[in-house]
Amino acid sequence: MGGSSQLAATKTIVEDSLRAIVGPDHVSTGEHLLVAPGTESEVAAVLRYANELGLCALPHGNSTKAEWGNSPSRTGIVLSTKRMNRILEHPWADLTVTAEAGCTIGNLQSALAQHGQRLAIDPLWPERTTIGGLISTNDSGSLRLRFGSVRDLIIGVTLALADGTLASSGGNVVKNVAGYDLPKLVTGALGTLGVITRAVFRLHPLPQNRRTLTNVCSDINHAQRLLLQIQDSKFAHTALQLRTDSEARSAEIDILFEGTVAGLEAQEQQLRKLASSSKIETRSDDRWQVREALWSDANSAISKISILPSEIANAVQSLQSITAANRCRWAAVFQAIGIGTLSLSSSDPHSLHSALTALRRHLENTGGSLVLLRRVQGLPAFDSWGTTGDAQALMSAVKQQFDPKRILNPGRFVGGI
Amino acid sequence: MNTAVLRDFESIVGPRGLISSQEALRTYECDALTNFRVCPSAVLLPASVEEVQGIVRICHREYIPFVARGSGTGLSGGALPVKDGIVISMARMNRILEVDLTNARVTVEPGVINLDVTGRVSPQEYFYAPDPSSQSVCSIGGNVAENSGGAHCLKYGFTTTHVLGLEVVLPDSSLVHLGSKMLDTPGYDLSGIFVGSEGTLGIATKVILRVVKRPECVRTLLAAFNSTNEAGAAVSDIIAAGMLPAAIEMMDNLAIQAAEAAVHANYPNCGGLLLVELDGPEAEVQSLMEHVSDICRRDGAWEIRIASSDAERMLVWKGRKAAFAAMGRISPNYIVQDGVIPRTALPRVMDEIARLSSEAGLRVANVFHAGDGNLHPLVLYDRRISGQEKAAEALSYRILEICIEAGGSITGEHGVGEEKKLMMSRMFSEPDLDTMQRVRCAFDPLNLSNPTKVFPTPRLCGEKPGKYEPHPLEAAGVAERF
Repeated sequence: MGGSSQLAATKTIVEDSLRAIVGPDHVSTGEHLLVAPGTESEVAAVLRYANELGLCALPHGNSTKAEWGNSPSRTGIVLSTKRMNRILEHPWADLTVTAEAGCTIGNLQSALAQHGQRLAIDPLWPERTTIGGLISTNDSGSLRLRFGSVRDLIIGVTLALADGTLASSGGNVVKNVAGYDLPKLVTGALGTLGVITRAVFRLHPLPQNRRTLTNVCSDINHAQRLLLQIQDSKFAHTALQLRTDSEARSAEIDILFEGTVAGLEAQEQQLRKLASSSKIETRSDDRWQVREALWSDANSAISKISILPSEIANAVQSLQSITAANRCRWAAVFQAIGIGTLSLSSSDPHSLHSALTALRRHLENTGGSLVLLRRVQGLPAFDSWGTTGDAQALMSAVKQQFDPKRILNPGRFVGGI
Repeated sequence: MNTAVLRDFESIVGPRGLISSQEALRTYECDALTNFRVCPSAVLLPASVEEVQGIVRICHREYIPFVARGSGTGLSGGALPVKDGIVISMARMNRILEVDLTNARVTVEPGVINLDVTGRVSPQEYFYAPDPSSQSVCSIGGNVAENSGGAHCLKYGFTTTHVLGLEVVLPDSSLVHLGSKMLDTPGYDLSGIFVGSEGTLGIATKVILRVVKRPECVRTLLAAFNSTNEAGAAVSDIIAAGMLPAAIEMMDNLAIQAAEAAVHANYPNCGGLLLVELDGPEAEVQSLMEHVSDICRRDGAWEIRIASSDAERMLVWKGRKAAFAAMGRISPNYIVQDGVIPRTALPRVMDEIARLSSEAGLRVANVFHAGDGNLHPLVLYDRRISGQEKAAEALSYRILEICIEAGGSITGEHGVGEEKKLMMSRMFSEPDLDTMQRVRCAFDPLNLSNPTKVFPTPRLCGEKPGKYEPHPLEAAGVAERF
C-alpha cells in the first residue's frame, strides 16, 4: 500500500471510530473533520480516543472568537459543542443557572429575563457567543465594573479532560470554598486545559430602570480626571467608559446608572454638579455596544489592553505618538477599571506591526499588557499574548498535568501552550 | 528534628526567628479548631521574602513538610501542624507596602491584619470588603488561604474577588508573581486558583488587594419573627423583589440568647431575627428600605428597627459578630459548622436540623448568612460528659451531609482543612478530586506545602491517574504517603 492510500485508510478508520462514538450524523468531513458530540460522556469519549492517537482536538462553540490567540500549531478534530445547548436548570429563587457549553448567551438571557434576572455580563455578540466560548476567552464588557468578569460570576464547571476524565468543580451555590477553584482556572484558558461541557453561574436581578449619560470632555486629560473623580465618588454606577479615536480632539465619557427612579434622579443631579464645566446628555443604551462597532472595520487589528485606571490618558498619548510615527489610525474604548479595546488600522501591515510592537513594549514596561485578538492580512509574526513574566514555567506545568500530550488547542495560548 | 537542620534554619531567621523549645511550640499545636492538635518540630518567623525562600529551600532539600500560619484563627484546622514538619509564621511580615487609592489598590504583606487594611484607607473613605467575624485579628495571608468571606460578601464578593495579584514562594522555593495590579494578566488565572487553596500550593509573601469606596448611605434593619422559617420566607421575598442587600443575616432564639448574654446587643427575644443591611446612594437606600420593611411586616415581623447612626449599626453587628464566641456563655463547649445550601432549601434543612438535634439530645444554635444560604450551626455540648463530644461531632457532620443532599457545600468560608477532608469524597467524585490534585502536582510535586489537608487521599504526582503506583521517592524510602 502506498503512503497516500495508507493515510486515506487511517482517515477512514478515525472517522468511523468517531461516528461510532457520536452517531453517524454528527461527523462531517469537509475542510475540517468536525465532530459534534451530544452528551458530556461523548465529549469525553472523543477526547479519550483522540488522546490515544495523539490527534489534536480544537474545541469550538460558534466561531465568534476562533481567531483569538495564536493559530494552533497543529490541526486536528474540530470538536463542536453546538448540540449541547440546553439550559439544564434555572432555580430562579436561588439566583443560579446551569447550562450546557453550547448554549448561546442570547438564549440564556432571554430565559433568565422571564424571571426578571440576568447573567450580569455583556460580552461581544451575545446572540452568537456560547457559554463555553465566553468562559474560554474571558470576554467582558462594561458591566464588569459593578459585577466583575466571568471569574466572579461562574460558580461551577464540568470539564472533559484530554484523557477522557469528566470532572466537576465548584457547585450550585454561590458561597463555596470546598476544593480548588477550577472554574477560575479554565476561565480565559482558551480551551487548553479541557473542554468545558457545562457551567453554573450566579445571577443578578434585572435593573428596574437604567439611565445612560454621556459627557463630552475637551481633551483626554479632562476625560481622565472626570473618570477618576467618578470612580472616587459615592455613585453606585454600573458602568463607566471612555471613548476616543485618532481623529477626535475630544473624548467622551459614558456612565450607566441602574436602580430606582429616585436613585437615578439623585445620582444624575450629583453628576451634573460634579462635572459642572461640561455638558451631560442622556443617551440610548446602545452606547454600551461600542466594542462591537470597533470590530466592524474588517481591516483593523483589534487588541485588548490592560492598564491601571489612572494610566488611560498616558496610554492614549503614547498611542497618539506611536501611531503618528507609524501612520496608523485608531479608535479605542476604555472601561474605567483599566481594560481597553483598541482598533488599529493602516494600509501597510508592517507599520501596524511596528505600532503594535512599540505599544506593547510601552504597556509592558509599566506593568500592563496588550493581547492581540484579531490580526490583519499580511501582518508579520506577532505573538498574541506578550509576556507572562516569571509565571510561565508554572503555567506550562499546569498544562502538562492536564494535557500532557498537548492535544487541546496546541500553540494557541501563552508561551506556546 | 536534627540539630544541623535547625542550625540551617537559624542561620536564615536568626535566633529570635526560631522557636524550638517544647514549651513554646505548644502555642502552635492548633489553630481555632482546637480538637485537633499536632506539635510542630519547629516554628520559624521569617521577616522577608528572602527568608521565606531560604526556609522553603531547606524544606525542599530535606523533604520537610511545612505549614504557613497567619493569626491562627482558622476554623477548619488549615494551620494545624503536620507531624515532623515545621510551621512558618507570617506574623513578622506585616507591613502595608503601598496604598494607591487613585486605582483603589493596596499592597500588603501576608501578616497584615484584615481590619488594618480598612483602618489605613478609611480616612479617604475606602474599605476592604471581605469581613470575616475574626477581622480584628485574622491576617490577610490566612484570608487568602481560606478565601474568607464574611457577612458582606453577598454584595461585595469574597477574598478572591478582591485579590488582584500575589507574590508566591512555591514549594521548590522559587518566586513567582501571579496576577498583578492590572486586571486580566495574560495566561492562566493562577491567582484565582491560589486563593482558597488553603496553603497547599505555596506561601503568599505579597498580596495586591482591591479596596472599595464607602457607600453614601448604610442602613441596617432588624426584624423579629416568630420562627426562622418566617424570617427565611422574608429573605426569599426580598431576593425575589430584585434587591441585592449588602448583607442578610439570621439568628435563631438560642443564638440570640447567647449574643445577649455576651454583648447585650439589645436584640428582641424572638424565634428568628433578621438583619438586613442596604447600602448605596441615599435616595436609593431609603426607597428600598421601605420596601424591605413592608416585606418583613407582610411575612410576620412583629418588631422592626432601623439603625441609621454608625453607633446603632455597630451595636447591631456586635451581637452578630460575637455570636460564635458567645456560645461560651450558654454551653461549656461547642462545634462551629459551616455548610451551604441553596437558599430555598432553608425551611426543609432547618426542620431537619431541629429533628436531629432533639434526636441526639444536643442543642444546636443557628447563625446564618441567610442571603447566600451559608449556615453556621453551633452544636453545643459538654466535653466532661462522656460520649458527648463524639455525639456532637457526629451531629455536625450529619448536618453537612444534609447540606450536600440539598445540593449545597460542606464549606462556605471556613475551608476544608483537616476537619472536613473526609467529607470531600461525599461532595466530589474521585475524578473530580483527582483533577483538582493535578493543579497541586503542578505547584507542589513533592507534596510539601501543607500536605494532608483538603484532600482525603493525596495523589502522588507522576502516577497515572486513577491507579496508585509508588512514587519514585516513596519507593526509595524518602517519602511516605501521609
